[in-house]
Amino acid sequence: MKAKTTKAKKKGRTARALKRDMSLYLFCLPGIILTFIFSYVPMYGIQLAFRRYNAKAGIWGSKWVGMYYFKRFFESPYFASTIKNTLILSMYGLIVSFPIPIILALMLNSFRHKRYRKVIQTVTYAPNFISTVVMCGMIILFLSPSIGVINQIMQFFGADAVNFMAKKEYWRHIYVWTGIWQSTGWSSVIYFAALSGISPELHEAARVDGATKFQLIRYIDLPSIMPTATILLIMNCGSILSVGFEKAYLLQNDLNLGVSEIISTYVYKVGLINNDMSYSTAIGLFNTIVNMVMLITVNKISDKLSGNSLW
Amino acid sequence: MKKEAAVASTAPKKKMKRCKEDVIFDTVVFIILTIILFITAYPLYWVIISSISDPSAVSSGDVLLRPVGFTLKGYAEVFKNSSVMRGFVNSVIYTVCGVMVNLIVTLPTAYALSRNNFTGNKPITFFYMVTMFFGGGLIPTYLVVKNLYLLNTMWALILPGCLSVYNMIVARTFFKSNISEELYEAAEIDGCTQGRFFFKIALPLSKAIIAILVLYYGVGHWNSYFSALVYISDKQKYPLQLVLRNILITNETALSQTATTAEARAAMKEKQELVNVMKYSLIIISSIPVMVMYPLVQKHFVKGVMIGSVKG
Repeated sequence: MKAKTTKAKKKGRTARALKRDMSLYLFCLPGIILTFIFSYVPMYGIQLAFRRYNAKAGIWGSKWVGMYYFKRFFESPYFASTIKNTLILSMYGLIVSFPIPIILALMLNSFRHKRYRKVIQTVTYAPNFISTVVMCGMIILFLSPSIGVINQIMQFFGADAVNFMAKKEYWRHIYVWTGIWQSTGWSSVIYFAALSGISPELHEAARVDGATKFQLIRYIDLPSIMPTATILLIMNCGSILSVGFEKAYLLQNDLNLGVSEIISTYVYKVGLINNDMSYSTAIGLFNTIVNMVMLITVNKISDKLSGNSLW
Repeated sequence: MKKEAAVASTAPKKKMKRCKEDVIFDTVVFIILTIILFITAYPLYWVIISSISDPSAVSSGDVLLRPVGFTLKGYAEVFKNSSVMRGFVNSVIYTVCGVMVNLIVTLPTAYALSRNNFTGNKPITFFYMVTMFFGGGLIPTYLVVKNLYLLNTMWALILPGCLSVYNMIVARTFFKSNISEELYEAAEIDGCTQGRFFFKIALPLSKAIIAILVLYYGVGHWNSYFSALVYISDKQKYPLQLVLRNILITNETALSQTATTAEARAAMKEKQELVNVMKYSLIIISSIPVMVMYPLVQKHFVKGVMIGSVKG
């Protein structure tokens, strides 16, 4: 049919298509303008990392200093400590928070009591919607040595009160495990969705062959959510050096700063509290680059090993 | 098809006797899930009962399973606090305006990108993908906001994150599977323009995705404090989360004066206990907007994740 259309008709069609696309482009315009201003213009502002920022002269007028701020960061004592803290925190978080939602989803999926399952799901999703500030407020209140419920329970069993937030050695565990409490239920949703897509005939056939429930999970459920799990793992590895600012900052105090000062909180303090704009930008840029390299590397490894990759 | 699946899943259970391993397995799963349920629910429950209990009972540790000495003193204290009330109003305003801007930007973009033969599809998707993996970082973004004279205005909280790529992809997936190209072609023959089609036909058919976006963005605005911490320094304009931070975390209300007499010390202890209970009440009040909506919209939330997971 298309071959038969005359040139004039074709021309009319492309013109019409363009006209239609014009309105679609118009639809995209507000988003493009705002994203350009607030995401792309700052990318251009990254050159601040190579200049000594001068508020009066602006970015262009500031003096070019090359790698000065990077060198300063690499030579500062904070370089090793913030990177170490960030890495340990995110590795620890990743190792614990990656498998637990999968286990929860597998258990919920094999659980046949529908009503009770609904209750468990509703309750475990709820903490995800608590704000970080409230979450940290709860943590601090619960762990308080004088009024905290945890210490009261411990004293009930005859143990001494512990000031958890003041002890360096507890900080990472508190950070990671409260995160588990808050996010496990919600993170399991995506696996639960993948599990409900498995054809029931597979289970049925396996049951006929005498498989136990545990074997169903091991040989049918687990392999079928592996692709989802791999993609999520790759994405998580891509952000290994970008532990969120919000929670760490709120749980910091002078006594635990040795383990709780991570890159993002350090960037904030250097940039907006000490007003050392260029230095802060350089640290931020370093962080972004490490993340991108991590993402690409992990993606490549995963592509080689399992054939799952992001692009 | 759903019915078939349900039949299939219950059928083998009826036909086959559960073997011994399965009974053990089911019991273990039941116990673990119940423990998880308890661990998740208890802290939330404890905050609720503490907020309505007698302040001295809370600090002496008597409140464990049910409220002791019912009182609403904590809540009264919260309502007396003017900065909390101002923060609450500010947060409502920021959330409502923010969600409106989010929708105005996200929905048309998602719709346009959901059209298969749209020539701008690839470049515009690429344009957004880049922002997911690479960004200017804190200071360059701060300087842009500052140079546009947006510091200390609500636009600093709303405009920089006005389009979340994840939410846009969720909406795009929805449009792709629910608003077919044929539907538009039919309307086009009747002389309908793309814009008219979007507003008069596509949007009314997309109430579910609009609800999901309102919730995702709404919860995000309500709960966020970082952008306010960076961009808002005027205390009159603080959103609720920043006020909460000052009370719950940095303990602004803590009493600093040292009491000398026994009476003064007792009065101070009482005051301190009241402040603690007020914190629990504050946690409840600040979570009310989200928690009230939560049971009603839980299904939509989950649906959003599922739509998003089709193509992430």
